[in-house]
Amino acid sequence: MLLDHLWPKRRIPLAWLLLTRQPGRLLVALAGISFAGILMFLQLGFRDGLFDASVTLHKRFAADLVLVSPRTMSSIAMASFPRRRLVQVMADPDVAGTTPVHWNFLLWRNPQTRSTRSILAVGFEPGDPLFTDAGLVDRTRVLSQRGRVLFDSLSRPEFGPIADWYKQGRTIETEVAGKRVRVAGLVELGPSFGADGNLLTSSETFLQLMPDLPPGSIELGLIRLIPGANPASVAARLKSHLPEDVAIYTKQGFVEFEKNYWRSSTAIGFIFTLGAGMGFVVGSVIVYQILHSDVSDHLPEYATLMAMGYPLPQLLGVVAREGLLLALLGYLPAWLAGQGLYAVIRNGTKLPVAMDNPRSLLVFGMILSMCLGSALMAMRKLGDADPAEIF
Amino acid sequence: MPIPPRSSEVAFTVNSALPPQAPVPDSGNGIVSRHPNGAPHPRQGSAAPGSVGNSPAPSAGQPSLVVRDLQHWFGSGTNCRQVLDRVNLTIHPGEVVLLTGPSGCGKTTLLTLVGALRQVMAGSVQLFGQELNGAGRRERQLLRRQIGMIFQGHNLLRCLSAEQNVQMGADLLPGLGYRARRDLARQWLRAVGLGDHLGKLPHDLSGGQKQRVAIARALAAQPQLLLADEPTAALDSRTGREVVELLQRLARDQGCSVLMVTHDPRILDVADRLVEMEDGRLSEASITGRSLSGSVG
Repeated sequence: MLLDHLWPKRRIPLAWLLLTRQPGRLLVALAGISFAGILMFLQLGFRDGLFDASVTLHKRFAADLVLVSPRTMSSIAMASFPRRRLVQVMADPDVAGTTPVHWNFLLWRNPQTRSTRSILAVGFEPGDPLFTDAGLVDRTRVLSQRGRVLFDSLSRPEFGPIADWYKQGRTIETEVAGKRVRVAGLVELGPSFGADGNLLTSSETFLQLMPDLPPGSIELGLIRLIPGANPASVAARLKSHLPEDVAIYTKQGFVEFEKNYWRSSTAIGFIFTLGAGMGFVVGSVIVYQILHSDVSDHLPEYATLMAMGYPLPQLLGVVAREGLLLALLGYLPAWLAGQGLYAVIRNGTKLPVAMDNPRSLLVFGMILSMCLGSALMAMRKLGDADPAEIF
Repeated sequence: MPIPPRSSEVAFTVNSALPPQAPVPDSGNGIVSRHPNGAPHPRQGSAAPGSVGNSPAPSAGQPSLVVRDLQHWFGSGTNCRQVLDRVNLTIHPGEVVLLTGPSGCGKTTLLTLVGALRQVMAGSVQLFGQELNGAGRRERQLLRRQIGMIFQGHNLLRCLSAEQNVQMGADLLPGLGYRARRDLARQWLRAVGLGDHLGKLPHDLSGGQKQRVAIARALAAQPQLLLADEPTAALDSRTGREVVELLQRLARDQGCSVLMVTHDPRILDVADRLVEMEDGRLSEASITGRSLSGSVG
């Protein structure tokens, strides 16, 4: 009774019944839509995960502004610049502190298999704030002893069972760039797209590992500002004071700079976007096929409804609602399966892939447009329903 | 709440001799008291067509259907074939007219023209006083709501239960809530003797039962004219006879006129009038040895 007032136009849910009274066909349709959705989640997840992974370290730097060489294109090819520039920066009243950082890829020998592999080595003064998590600074004090490194326990397993051995209390000594080092502790950073593993060491050890490095040159300068300073305006001011041999970014700008390298200079973005597009096309074909045969099979029934006096737009609405229902019912399993797949990817590749709202909405939007677009195509078939032919 | 009628005779007690304005007695029918807006009784809605469509309420003398010099062709140019040749036909409210003739003589074409399913080419078809010649798609669609159609195949929606199928007809009635329309559908199914099969899918019903659901669906929209194309073709003789008698009685009770195409000689006696078609021409057939008005009911 009350429902009649709230919902005076309530009708028999024809679209729902058309779909659910043919469970076999509905299952095929939902499987197709879910598959397309999973494919989109997978491809977009990989894409975003790879872009995010390229900045795992960047996001953690204790910095408001970052100095790099203008020749630096990405974290896998950091050029050096004079350390003096960082000293000049200190002259600005808004600058609270700086951290000079060495950054290079070195060959790490797996202590178990003796094979070598490229690892990202980051050198800095022990005790200097490098990353935002404060606990890390205390752990870096052990680096003041020469030849000691902190190993990233999230590095890929190809570097050897360092974390396990360390936790068992074993003394781990191995070679980095042909020099002997000892693992003095573990940190948790995570591999990035360019680096399969990371190690932290002191500037002194770093220079020892790379004796050819010109003295007084660094790859990265972290700048911290006093509270309340505007990073963008300070960056502009510093830029005008400093010579052309350094480039200055805000921290966020540095993160974007790195992501942009992978986005524009590599095929990753294209490949995975194309993969997601393929999912969209496959899903569209399946949904169109299902809706088209559904309309074809029920053409005499649609014609009967037209003969009874139902207007064509109302019947088109039934097809549109079928598309909408398919989108809603197909998205849910795709989303759930996406969650599971992301967990598998995280474990298998250590890439930071997670279900986030923008991507969930994007995939839902794609599934929705896929289903409604297919419904729109299937509607043309409904125009063939001629009530005069059914007598 | 009043108890719904137990039998169709109680529910639809309009005397066929009365003009269609005569309302059904409200007692014994639960819909009025349950209707939220105090809108007209659904039965009254059928009796007063002005509330259903936009055509004026017919006076007792106004015919439901007037066909004058109707002609129709299929094809064009040299392939042009005339299927209807100056057909004249008048049907008054409550009248049951049977149309017979050899197959291919144009009966079905006449039915689709009268049913506003096809554009009228030449001549005049007046449905409830409204001219069909020159009527647009939308006008014809609205007019179709006042016409009930029963097909050779039952043409029920396979995915809907019997009750929901009938409600698809009742849903065309304006101003009724969902519950009222559902109750209406149930009453019609009881009236055709299928009160125990409300939730069954067409798949689970016999041929005769399906055709009875189709009749309930056609009548649930409270039409003023019922068009039926060989409704007994798929049924055995006894079931066919039952279905047609049911159709005739219910249509009469509603003051609804009926135009039925049939080949079945066993059901000719339900007709008030028999017309025969041959080669696109219509002629009033002589009904011999039968009393027309007193045969049934």
